[in-house]
Amino acid sequence: MKILVLLKMVPDVVEELEVGPDGTSLDLEFQRLIVSESDDHALEQALILKDRHGGTVTALALDQPDIDDVLFTALAKGVDRAVKVTETDTALTSRSTGTVIAQTLPAVPDLLPVDLIVTGCQAIDDLDGQVAPLVANALGLPYLGLVTGVAAEPDADRATITKEYAGGVRGVFEVPLPALLGLQVAEKPPRYVPVAKVRAAMKSAQIAAVPAAGEPVATRIDVLDMAKPESASHAEMLEGSPEEMAAKLGELLAARGLV
Amino acid sequence: MAQNIWVVAEQWRGQATDATFELLALGRELADGLGTSLETVLFGHGVGDLAGEFGASDTVLAADHPAFAVPTAEAFGAALASLVKERQPRCVLVPLTNVLWDALGILPAELDGPFINFCQDVRVSQGRIEADCLLYGGKMRATVVPTGDGAVFGLASGVRPPDQGRVDRTPTVEAVAPAVPTSLRVQFKDFHEPEAADVDITQQDVLVAVGRGIQTQDNVELAEELATALGGATCASRPVIDQGWLPLARQVGKSGATVKPKLYIAAGISGAPEHTEGMKDAELIIAINTDPEAPIFGVAHYGIVEDATDVLPALTESLAAMKE
Ligand SMILES: Cc1cc2nc3c(=O)[nH]c(=O)nc-3n(C[C@H](O)[C@H](O)[C@H](O)COP(=O)(O)OP(=O)(O)OC[C@H]3O[C@@H](n4cnc5c(N)ncnc54)[C@H](O)[C@@H]3O)c2cc1C
Ligand SMILES: Nc1ncnc2c1ncn2[C@@H]1O[C@H](COP(=O)(O)O)[C@@H](O)[C@H]1O
Repeated sequence: MKILVLLKMVPDVVEELEVGPDGTSLDLEFQRLIVSESDDHALEQALILKDRHGGTVTALALDQPDIDDVLFTALAKGVDRAVKVTETDTALTSRSTGTVIAQTLPAVPDLLPVDLIVTGCQAIDDLDGQVAPLVANALGLPYLGLVTGVAAEPDADRATITKEYAGGVRGVFEVPLPALLGLQVAEKPPRYVPVAKVRAAMKSAQIAAVPAAGEPVATRIDVLDMAKPESASHAEMLEGSPEEMAAKLGELLAARGLV
Repeated sequence: MAQNIWVVAEQWRGQATDATFELLALGRELADGLGTSLETVLFGHGVGDLAGEFGASDTVLAADHPAFAVPTAEAFGAALASLVKERQPRCVLVPLTNVLWDALGILPAELDGPFINFCQDVRVSQGRIEADCLLYGGKMRATVVPTGDGAVFGLASGVRPPDQGRVDRTPTVEAVAPAVPTSLRVQFKDFHEPEAADVDITQQDVLVAVGRGIQTQDNVELAEELATALGGATCASRPVIDQGWLPLARQVGKSGATVKPKLYIAAGISGAPEHTEGMKDAELIIAINTDPEAPIFGVAHYGIVEDATDVLPALTESLAAMKE
C-alpha cells in the first residue's frame, strides 16, 4: 500500500502558555512544541498497515520550528520518505492549511496517487480543526474521522474502518480506497524509537523540501481576544506537605460522610 | 435572506440527545436576541416523530433518508451544506459530538462561510454574534466573531442546561429533501458494543481517576489502593486507556462515560474539555496536578499542586490512620 501521513507540531500544554503581544494569539517564542498526539497515532497506524501489507509510507509536514526532528523521528520509526513543505505562511488556520496541503500534494514528485492518507483527527491549536476533511474534499476522497481501526484489503481497493462513538461504542464502515482517514487512536500505542536511531536517520536519510503551491484562503474569523480562561469558580487550593494535605483531605471527606 | 438561526439536531439510536436540547436553549436566546426565528434541522431515518420534541424552535426542517441514519460527511454533511446554501441561515449551531463529527467537519469544505469550532458559548453582542472557544486543551480562551453571514459553530457539550431546551409546544414541521448522492462511498455496516465491564463506573459513589500525569502503569496501583480504601473504583482519561493501563470501560469523557459520583479525585489529569464534559457534574471534585494552571482546577472544588504519586499514597495512609 502507498500511504501518506500528515504531521504537525502543537504547543506542549503541560507547559505554561502565554498570550502574545497582539493579545489574540499564543506567544510561541519560548513555547515548546511537540508532535500532535493524534498524529503520532496516525503515523503508527500507517506503519502497522505497511508492516501488514507491504508498500511505502511518506510523512509530510508544513514547515515549523523543529519539524525536522519530527520527520527524522518518523524516518527512524520506518517511514520511507519525508517531505517538508516550505514557504508557507506561519499564521495559518486549518482552512488555509488544508487548502495549501491539498494544492501542494499534486506538486510533490512521485507522491500521488496514494491508497490512503492518514491524518490526526484534530489538533488543539486552531479555531476550526478541519484540515482532514478539507484535504479529502479537495482531492475528491471519501473522509472518515475519529478512526480507531483500519482493516485494509489493498487488492480489492477497500477498507473496513472502525470509528469511535461515545461510551465505548464503535461504528464499522466500509469505504473504497483511496480514502482519507482522521485517526483518533491507532490499533496499538505508538512505537517508541531510541534517540540513537533518530540520530542515525539524521545521518543517513534526507528530508525533501517542496515549496508550497496555491494561495492561502481567507479565514473569515476575527479573534477579538485571547486569554487564560477565567472560570466562574476555582478550586480552593490546599497547602502544606503531601502528608498535611492528605490529612486535610481526610478530614474533608469525613465531614461529608465519604469515609 | 432568511437570517434564521439553525440548530442541527443530534439523534442517537432514535433518541434526541441532551446535546440537541442544550443547543436549542442557546439557539432560542440567539433568535430572541436578534429578533428572528429558530429552526431545527432534523435529518434521520424513521425518526420524524422526534420533531415534536423540538418546541423550543419555531420550525423543524425534517428530512428522511436511509443514509441519514448514521451521519457521514458525504451524505448528512453534504446534504446539510446544500440546505444551508439554499436557505442561507444567519448561523448554524452544530453539536461537536462524535456522532456528528464527520458531518460537521465537512461543512467548511462545502461552504464558504465562517467556521468556528470548540465553542463554549455563543452570544449576541452589539447586534453581532460572538463566540468563546477553548483551545490548547482548555488552557486558552479565544473570543471570536465571524466576518460574514452563514457562520457554522461547533459547540462543546454543556453550553446550557438541556432542560432549558425542552419546551412543551408544537413546532411547525416542514419536510425538506436535500440532495443525497446516489452512489455513496462510505457505507455504515454495524455498531460494536463495548465489552461488558467488570465495574460500571457510572454507578460508583467514589471514583479515583488517573491521567497521563500518573506516568507509569505501576503507579495506577496507587489509585487502586486509594479507591479500595474509599470503597470506590478507578477510572481514567484517554491517554491512560490508550496505553492499555485500564480497560476502555473505565474511560471518562466525550468518548467514554459520563459520571456523576459523590466524589471524583482527578490525579494527573489536565482537565481538557473532552475530559471535563464527562465528570464536571460530580458532587465533590478534588484535583491533584503539578501544574497550577491546569484547567482541571477550574472545575474542581479542592486542588492540590503536588506530585500525584506522593499525594495518592499519603491520602490512603491518612484514611487508614483515621480508621484506627
Ligand atoms: C474527539 C475527542 C474525544 C476525546 N475523548 C476523550 C475522553 O473521552 N476522555 C478523555 O479523558 N479525553 C478525551 N479526549 C482527549 C482530550 O482532549 C485530552 O487529550 C485528554 O483528556 C488528556 O488527558 P490527560 O489529562 O490525562 O493528559 P494531559 O493533558 O497530558 O495532562 C497530564 C497532566 O498531568 C499533570 N502531571 C504531570 N506529572 C504529574 C505528577 N507527577 N503529578 C500530578 N500531575 C502531573 C500535568 O501537569 C498535566 O496537567 C478526546 C479528544 C478528542 C479530540
Ligand atoms: N501544518 C500541517 N502540516 C501537516 N499536517 C497538518 C498540518 N496541520 C494539520 N495537519 C494534519 O491535519 C490534522 C488535523 O489538524 P487540524 O485540522 O489543524 O486540527 C493534523 O492532525 C495533521 O495530521
